Amino acid sequence: MALQQKTKVVLLACGSFNPVTNMHLRMFELARDHLEDTGKYRVVRGIISPVGDAYKKKGLIEACHRVEMAKQATENSSWITVDDWESQQAEWVETAKVVRHHHSELLSAEQNVDEADTVKTVKRRRVEENEDACSSADHNRPGAPELKLLCGADVLESFSVPNLWKPEDIEEIVGRYGLVCVTRGGCDAEKFVNQSDVLFQHRKNIHIVREWVTNDISATHVRRSLRRGRSVRYLLPDRVLDYIQDRCLYSAESEKKYTDVILAPFQRYTKNTE
Amino acid sequence: MAGRIPLILLACGSFNPITYQHMRLFELARDHMHQTGLYQVVGGIVSPVGDEYAKQGLVSSQHRLAMARLALQSSDWVTVDDWESRQADWTETVVTMRYHHNCMVEKCWPSTKATPPEQTLASGPSQLKLLCGADFLETFKVPGLWADEHIEEVVGRFGLVCVSRGGLQPERTVHECDLLHKHKRNIFLVREWIRNEISATEVRRALRRGLSVKFLIPDNVIDYIREHNLYTPTSELKNKNIKLRPFTKQQPVLD
Repeated sequence: MALQQKTKVVLLACGSFNPVTNMHLRMFELARDHLEDTGKYRVVRGIISPVGDAYKKKGLIEACHRVEMAKQATENSSWITVDDWESQQAEWVETAKVVRHHHSELLSAEQNVDEADTVKTVKRRRVEENEDACSSADHNRPGAPELKLLCGADVLESFSVPNLWKPEDIEEIVGRYGLVCVTRGGCDAEKFVNQSDVLFQHRKNIHIVREWVTNDISATHVRRSLRRGRSVRYLLPDRVLDYIQDRCLYSAESEKKYTDVILAPFQRYTKNTE
Repeated sequence: MAGRIPLILLACGSFNPITYQHMRLFELARDHMHQTGLYQVVGGIVSPVGDEYAKQGLVSSQHRLAMARLALQSSDWVTVDDWESRQADWTETVVTMRYHHNCMVEKCWPSTKATPPEQTLASGPSQLKLLCGADFLETFKVPGLWADEHIEEVVGRFGLVCVSRGGLQPERTVHECDLLHKHKRNIFLVREWIRNEISATEVRRALRRGLSVKFLIPDNVIDYIREHNLYTPTSELKNKNIKLRPFTKQQPVLD
């Protein structure tokens, strides 16, 4: 009965995932525990959306590899999935557009809930069972799940970097959808919210999840260790490590990719103001 | 690796339960020791402490061993050994080291995945060193926990490989302790650059609160814990208000 009032939530994480690490995966677990602990939400699915190659971040390897590694990493998760829509776009896509895309996907999935042919993979089926188990319990069918953007405190901080985000996109993401922000050691998420008028205005839509166990595995650190021939075992799933080693994905060479190339968002927004 | 000293790393502890952080210690230590140019790490051993240690929340060694074995199934160089936990009473770390050193000399290891030295380019007699985190180094300072002659033997005769964890300053600990300072050259400090504070205590806390520990410990260990309903508010009460065995064993006169 308490389940009836619970709002279904889908968590979307956008980023390079170059490569996906255990820390990315932990963020999903922490966010789900936090949201469900409020008693108001039931997290039915997580989506990892690796950025496309056109983002041109230094050292960014091809999206097909980053997508595949994320898939390998979530193989044993019953609720975290990987979506390649963003990475398949020819141009870099603003995060707000990615959120919009997934939101409309959720709406149409809700409308076609009886169509069995939307089931593509075993994972999909598993996730939908998750969602169905929830919706069958509530007879009112309050509609499609809410979509929230899952991020680290660094993303919250990046909102204030000039020309990285369009102000109306920030407004849309936090105002219309909502943010779940997992804070890593040292980052003061509450401070960022307080310092930004738009974030402060929508603070009720920003869920800050405190990570008590600092687990600062960054993909940058993982790539650096790999280039230097150091072990990264247990920092990311074994399957991902095997995938990297089989293809010698991260080298001094790959790290040079897009050196001195301006990041797509800067390129786009700087152009617009000229 | 020609002409290098074959080295085996031994980690003693509760492993209640084993976490990725424990497993990382081995990886970091091996990389570091290879970088010295002097050693070739040929094997690693996880030795869970016996139940008599009486630490609060310590679940049965049978389970701790099983979890460590599951976690290290996929490692080709680190194994789990149950000698220490099979002893009737708690054994001092130095006693465990002597046992493993003896096995090494007599080449009678029951459970090692270690490459036999004759199959490597490394040469000379193998060495055994104790692998620990910086928190372990801190325990040398706790009064009544260690006998001085045991510290001397662990550090002087065998040697330590200590991986630093956020916040703790192992250099300072070595500097401030005369005994450790004396054997400075036998203490290898490994710097861990990422803050990774996964501790077994945090894992147990999350488990008894019903929170997720996925990606902090291996999936097969999570399955094992669930199957045996291992970490609960009740299990955490075990050995509560009981003195740690080292305190009662080494200072019976004071009691």
